[in-house]
Amino acid sequence: MLKYIARRIGIMLLMIVLISTMIFFLFRAIPGDPTAYVVDPSMPQEARELMLERYGLNDSKWKQYTIFIKDLMKLDFGDSFFYGRPVGQIIAERVPATLILMLSAMAVAYLIGVFGGAWMAWRRGTRMESVGITFALIFRSAPTFWVGLMAILVFATKFRWFPPQGMRTAGYTGETFKEVFLTLDFLKHLILPTIVSGLYFIATPLLTMRNSMLEVLSEDYIEMAHAKGLRENTILYRHAARNALLPVVTAGALFIGSAIGGQVLLEVVFSWPGLGREIVQAVTRHDYPLAQGAFIIISAIMMFMNLVADILYGILDPRISYE
Amino acid sequence: MNATADVISDKKSSGLGKNPRGVMRLFLQNLRRDKLALFGVAILIFFILVGIFANVIAPYEPSERHYNAERQIRRLEGPSSEHWFGTTDVGRDIFSQVVLGTRTALLVGILAALLVTLVGSSVGIISGYFGGITDSILMRIVDFFYAIPFIPFVIVLSAVLNPSIWNIILAVSLLSWRTVARMVRSQVLSISKRPFIKAAKVSGAGDLRIMFKYILPNVIPIILLEMAFMVNWAIMAEASVAFLGFGDPDKQSWGQILHFSFVTGNSRNAWWWTAAPGVAIVLLLISIFFVARALEEVIDPRLRRR
Repeated sequence: MLKYIARRIGIMLLMIVLISTMIFFLFRAIPGDPTAYVVDPSMPQEARELMLERYGLNDSKWKQYTIFIKDLMKLDFGDSFFYGRPVGQIIAERVPATLILMLSAMAVAYLIGVFGGAWMAWRRGTRMESVGITFALIFRSAPTFWVGLMAILVFATKFRWFPPQGMRTAGYTGETFKEVFLTLDFLKHLILPTIVSGLYFIATPLLTMRNSMLEVLSEDYIEMAHAKGLRENTILYRHAARNALLPVVTAGALFIGSAIGGQVLLEVVFSWPGLGREIVQAVTRHDYPLAQGAFIIISAIMMFMNLVADILYGILDPRISYE
Repeated sequence: MNATADVISDKKSSGLGKNPRGVMRLFLQNLRRDKLALFGVAILIFFILVGIFANVIAPYEPSERHYNAERQIRRLEGPSSEHWFGTTDVGRDIFSQVVLGTRTALLVGILAALLVTLVGSSVGIISGYFGGITDSILMRIVDFFYAIPFIPFVIVLSAVLNPSIWNIILAVSLLSWRTVARMVRSQVLSISKRPFIKAAKVSGAGDLRIMFKYILPNVIPIILLEMAFMVNWAIMAEASVAFLGFGDPDKQSWGQILHFSFVTGNSRNAWWWTAAPGVAIVLLLISIFFVARALEEVIDPRLRRR
């Protein structure tokens, strides 16, 4: 097991270097003069030269690349053009917001999805089941950003149940983690984006759970449980649901990649100060160090969550061995 | 010699071994029972017709500013008999924009899906058929593409390249072929072991002939299915990119309509401006999804309703 994890982490690091290389050359393959974006062309020539020199933009691409990779090893992503601060620092500030939103949405989706899916399989062929499926598919087909826009329109502007945007009420500046995230105000801001994001996530656990439950329910040991005269709920949740969970975990791992994409858009819609919104803004501002850094970190988070899902799968299913 | 192989290949027994014509017939049979699939087909045909005749259907030029009787711009007017979906903040007709956006969505969806399935299934067939080192190398490349976050990559690429729908199609295709390649490969792996492929090899058929004449027809159902999902994927990606403002400025698209309603701050009160393009996206995607699901039931009998 430990050996397997070590090997996976090794592959992960290699992938991160490859992705970083790709993104580095992608940004430098832009047609035209890239310095025009970085340094204001209206600047006096000397100031321009100084800026170029400071960011190392006069060096050859190869030299820039070797410096970039060396810095990457030290987790140094350079300075942001826009903020003038180290990229690592900005990213570290944004990551908690992104993770909190994403994980709470996933928790909501998986909780409802797993129980709902089990229940739908139990009630197979009823009207409720088809309503459930259709509902899940509609929210899977609806772009998250649009559902977010509509949710703001209805629940924030019209009914005023929730604040329309941001993580905290305007004008508030928290310093520590506790001040920013552990308050009622933050919770209020979290609810709407969590629901919208959760609705998008829910189709995967719900439908996978339903299909996997249907398979499990036809097994002999379920028949046996019925014969023993156990209560329906005991059979459903104690005997069947536990065994049906495995494919849900696997499907979740594959799903993480697209979840991050939805998250980026949702952060823009809700002005949620996370990594996704930052990367969109960085790309718009041609702030390449920041865009590069955010991209690399997003890939790393995605790979890490995949790894966690794989390990979890091994723990849940004793038949799987990582040799 | 090859005739023997042809005869053997006709006796495809498993559920996946149906030829495309059989799939089509079963699919049509399914439509009679499956109301959702029928609904999907109807909506899809509707959208395709709107897409083809968009220029005729759209009552106005999408960027034309409309004035009322007092020569004032019809700013943010709700739906009326003249402007079915209302007007934007600069008095443009939203209905015309949505109608013309249909064309962009379908164009991006279909072209990207074709490109993706072409590349993906070629890689999948080659990888699954040859196996060994070829397979290992191709699958490591697939792994690499799986590790790249999709939407951030499409954003970066559309920002780096010039904003045009061709580049969005390119960006979507560059990442999405990996899924198709994996699906097709696993299918090809099991097909290559069947007797009729061995028979073809023994009778001296070349690799290319085996791949395209004997293996390809057997994986076409799954390729069709993946293609349907890819159309959805591409339409969603295009809408997302356009919503973020990296779309093609010369083409009306649903994502772009939402982009303008969002950046002008009107997405919060002008419900007609936000709702119309979104409902169009949802309807189109869900209709394709229902069609794909019906197709899936035909291909995989285990999913059929009891």
